[in-house]
Amino acid sequence: MDTATKSTAHALAPINKSLTPEAKIQLLREMLRIRRFEQRALNEYTRGKMGGFMHLYIGQESVAVGACSLMGDDDHVITAYRCHGHALAVGMSMNECMAELYGKATGCSKGKGGSMHFFAPDKNYWGGHGIVGGQTPLGLGLAYGLKYKGLKGAAMCFLGDGAVNQGCFYESLNMAALFELPVIYIIENNGYSMGTSLERSSVVKDCLAQRGEAFCVEWAQANGEDIYEVRAVTQRAIERAHKESKPTILEFDTYRYYGHSVADSKHKGGYRSEEEIETYKRDHDPIQLFKKRLIEEGVLTEAQFEEISDAAKAEAEASAQFAEESPLPSDASIFEDVYFEVDRQTEAGRTGKHFFND
Amino acid sequence: MPLIEYRDALNQAFSEEIERDPNVVLMGEEVAQYDGAYKVTKGLWKKFGDKRVVDTPISEAAFIGMGIGASMLGLRPVMELMFWSFATVTWDQIINNAAQIRYMSGGLVNCPIVIRGPANGGTNVGATHSHTPENMLANIPGLKVVSAATAYDAKGLMKTAIRDNDPVMFMENTLLYGEKGEVPEEEYLIPLGKADIKREGTDITLIAHGRAALTALRAAELLAAEHDISAEVIDLRSIRPLDEDAILASVRKTHRAVLVDENKPFCGVSAQIASMLQEKCFDDLDAPILRVTALDAPAIYSPRVESKQLPNPQDVIRKVLSIC
Repeated sequence: MDTATKSTAHALAPINKSLTPEAKIQLLREMLRIRRFEQRALNEYTRGKMGGFMHLYIGQESVAVGACSLMGDDDHVITAYRCHGHALAVGMSMNECMAELYGKATGCSKGKGGSMHFFAPDKNYWGGHGIVGGQTPLGLGLAYGLKYKGLKGAAMCFLGDGAVNQGCFYESLNMAALFELPVIYIIENNGYSMGTSLERSSVVKDCLAQRGEAFCVEWAQANGEDIYEVRAVTQRAIERAHKESKPTILEFDTYRYYGHSVADSKHKGGYRSEEEIETYKRDHDPIQLFKKRLIEEGVLTEAQFEEISDAAKAEAEASAQFAEESPLPSDASIFEDVYFEVDRQTEAGRTGKHFFND
Repeated sequence: MPLIEYRDALNQAFSEEIERDPNVVLMGEEVAQYDGAYKVTKGLWKKFGDKRVVDTPISEAAFIGMGIGASMLGLRPVMELMFWSFATVTWDQIINNAAQIRYMSGGLVNCPIVIRGPANGGTNVGATHSHTPENMLANIPGLKVVSAATAYDAKGLMKTAIRDNDPVMFMENTLLYGEKGEVPEEEYLIPLGKADIKREGTDITLIAHGRAALTALRAAELLAAEHDISAEVIDLRSIRPLDEDAILASVRKTHRAVLVDENKPFCGVSAQIASMLQEKCFDDLDAPILRVTALDAPAIYSPRVESKQLPNPQDVIRKVLSIC
């Protein structure tokens, strides 16, 4: 199948065919919200409003939005440190996310997690994890918990193309297949593990997801820039998880426009050419591609697009304002949220010395 | 009161907690069909089946991480490390995930998991299998660390650890699994953060945890019999949280302290206690605080030599006599 035919086939997949015009516009809006949020965050970062690392998701929006748009009540998500996109895609507010970047008490983690550690268990979102590949056994555990409780759910565990070379990922694949767990490992292949290209970091036969064959895990590789394709492919994995309680590995080809983190000065003209970046922006941008498509479908007008984009920009701006005006965590809060029992002042929490400052 | 082995006391704790709470699940290498490498989980798979007692592949990073992930969804996994020494291959899961997730989520996510197994030297299995990582684990805020010296303590502490809503690292000891102790038939719990005065005394306080508490007890008997010295023995039982009050009260009474510790000396548990004592009991002390620890080198294999590497009652007595 050529690309155009494949793309049409994905658009006609039942999961996409059934989308109402409003739902399609909502997908676009979610992608735009991520982009505008991060553009604003980058702006504030360079103004010195936040510290630490910041790994931007811009360019990859279709993957998180496409996959998370399929979540039912018992479907869960966990990811690595490039986690802002997934956080917004599962329904976290810009305010709590931006405030977290600012290290404010109103942040989703009360200013204790930072850019790499967003959490929203009420939205089935389990982080935000800083160590490459460290979340892959946790995703397995979410799937284990679902199966143990007899729930028909899936645990979508996102990872980058660099994380596939961590050992615990393979241990997890073996156990996922052995225990028949409903976990979906979603490799977002943006071509670079930090400054090292895929060619220089991984032995690849046809693709990374194919490594699943060693563990009898079903796999698929797809074009991550097409949100219809992301949804169609992910939906099949979710159905496998729900109906057969079996794992899947998906690999979506995608691209990040910015560096590994904002501190990565060599991403442009260093380990990758400016031309490469420009080509992606021009020909493979998931937002522009979906916009074009929706206009062709007669679902969207140029004016509507601008309206949605402006609204996302305004929302991001307001979130920066909210973060700016929010209070810092108190010094006393340093010792809160360490131990459940201490926070609740249960009998256990009141027994013995838990902290050793004095 | 029935006299049972340490391993059977643990086994009772698991059995009772599995029956009590449908979210408790036992996992680890060989824990189910093989009955446990050290038979601590003997008979539990037969009794409770595949769902509650689960054999895992030799993949510590993945299965400990899996337990942590499952605990986030409300399960109460009790994970066996065949040796605590094997924690090195799952260090990231314990240190970065179990210990930090509650904090990094601003208190939104809990990890009510128990990770357990033997942590001791003295069995001629070489340096890779003889680590005592309780000091390293207690160094991480977010973790709780427990060490049981007797069958009675093992059962009571384990039941509490399973019910605790924070991650608890439970240190057992292969040299103690076969030791018998009195364990009541009726249910009991031992709180974390409560030390046990295993012997009362007036002249000196011996502070220890795990098997070293038994070494201290033996030393105390000999000190009384041969040197007319009355030693008080405090078994910490729980390292974090720590029963600071019990330690301080005892040393304020006896004015002398020797710490007995199967940890290595550098930044060992006893180093923390010694620091605390000099800071809080300086004026009560009539002598320097001394320590008897494992010798500061990797665990040697040679069977006749390795025993010299761990504290023994004579080492303790020598130190006591130097300040009493």
